[in-house]
Amino acid sequence: MARTKLKLKSIASGTIPGRIKIANENITAGSVDSDAMGAGAISPAKLSDFAQSLTNRNVIINGAMNVAQRQVSVTGLGASSGYFTVDRFKMVCNNTAGRFTMTQTADGPSGFANCLKLDCTTADTSIASNEEFGILYRMEGQDLQHFKKGTSGAYKTTLSFYVKGNAAATYVAELMDSDNSSRHIGATFNVTTDWTRVEITFPGDTTGTLDDDSNASLDLQFFLHAGSNNTSGTLQTSWGSLVQANRAVGISSFFDSTDRTFFITGIQLEVGETATEFEHETFNATRYKCLRYYETNYEDGYYPADGVTYSNTYSTFPGNCYHQTGGGRYIMTSHRFLVQKRTSPSMTLYRVAGLGSGSTANRWSWFNYSAGWELTDDSTEVGEISSQHHGALVRDTEANVNEALVVAGGWQADAEL
Amino acid sequence: MNISEAQYTTAEKNIIRVVDGSNTRYIPVDPNNKDYVEILEQVAAGTLTIKDAD
Repeated sequence: MARTKLKLKSIASGTIPGRIKIANENITAGSVDSDAMGAGAISPAKLSDFAQSLTNRNVIINGAMNVAQRQVSVTGLGASSGYFTVDRFKMVCNNTAGRFTMTQTADGPSGFANCLKLDCTTADTSIASNEEFGILYRMEGQDLQHFKKGTSGAYKTTLSFYVKGNAAATYVAELMDSDNSSRHIGATFNVTTDWTRVEITFPGDTTGTLDDDSNASLDLQFFLHAGSNNTSGTLQTSWGSLVQANRAVGISSFFDSTDRTFFITGIQLEVGETATEFEHETFNATRYKCLRYYETNYEDGYYPADGVTYSNTYSTFPGNCYHQTGGGRYIMTSHRFLVQKRTSPSMTLYRVAGLGSGSTANRWSWFNYSAGWELTDDSTEVGEISSQHHGALVRDTEANVNEALVVAGGWQADAEL
Repeated sequence: MNISEAQYTTAEKNIIRVVDGSNTRYIPVDPNNKDYVEILEQVAAGTLTIKDAD
């Protein structure tokens, strides 16, 4: 019997007969009222795996650029790579003479308070083959197991973000699997002078599983400037083994003029082939996620450096003095991190101001019961580092052995990928 | 990193003190720490030597 298409104008009561397929265009906006479906009419089991993830869809931390523990703005960048302003986003700067300012800026499309702004301050129009410049975001493999990468059921993933610039430009967004010989895939995107949401869906990769650990497994990189080593091939638009020349084909150069700017926010990478609304979260929730990779004892708005007033840091710690034969007198102190780090972090110590005179870098202060707060007379050393704490050894010849003391200093812990 | 000096802080060799530009930093001997990995790369390339502890 031939199938007949029926148009149902309304069903006053009762149930919809089985095996009726409703075409997309027959459900108009607003036509399904709030009481059209009973509670539990659609069970989670009827939704696909990833559609059930109503929260925690976005694997990018700080995609809205709201957290900047290190600095808000840094000028003269370009000579070396590193994390400079907004948390989790690393600037990749290889062999370019171009220089730029990186800023967390109060600008964005509707609903976004902040973005990452790059402003070219020194142009580089003579591009050597090995030049490379861009924004890198690295992800832990254990956070990506639901991508099912490297299996026959590997999911598509969708990257979305908002961008604008001073003028039209074309750049590349790339995913790279650092667990499997740098398999990669990329896509170009366009920038205009208005905020535009870019949506890119990458196919699932059935080759190469991601390690279930805390190391970097997947990199998201935005190529903004590159030499022929990265541009002379054909853009890698399907997952494949690393071909360096295929990574950034067809891009403009961010360093082509000192007029050039680049703004980005709302970065989201999620399972599925649909770019869902950006998953906003509270500032505190994002900040806590960022603390896994970077933490300081400076108040928000003050940045790790020598000479920040102690009251703008959480900087006083109890310590005990002991004497090490041949090593002077040490006041041992330790501090537990607010959030366990991804791995044992690199530590940097700083002098705080306002507790004793002196300005020698890398020296903490201690409270001398005879003379009050003093800067120590020798450098402060890191004695212990784990993913959960660090210990500092503060040295001063006047410290009395077995005395409980208070010391003060600044520190930063870096466990970035 | 722009390392000009590197030295273990103790005989146990579990922390490396480096002069990185104008900063003194302390790098744990941990293969998951990106800075330690970079130090190993520089040592392998022959551009950096880690001194023993004093």
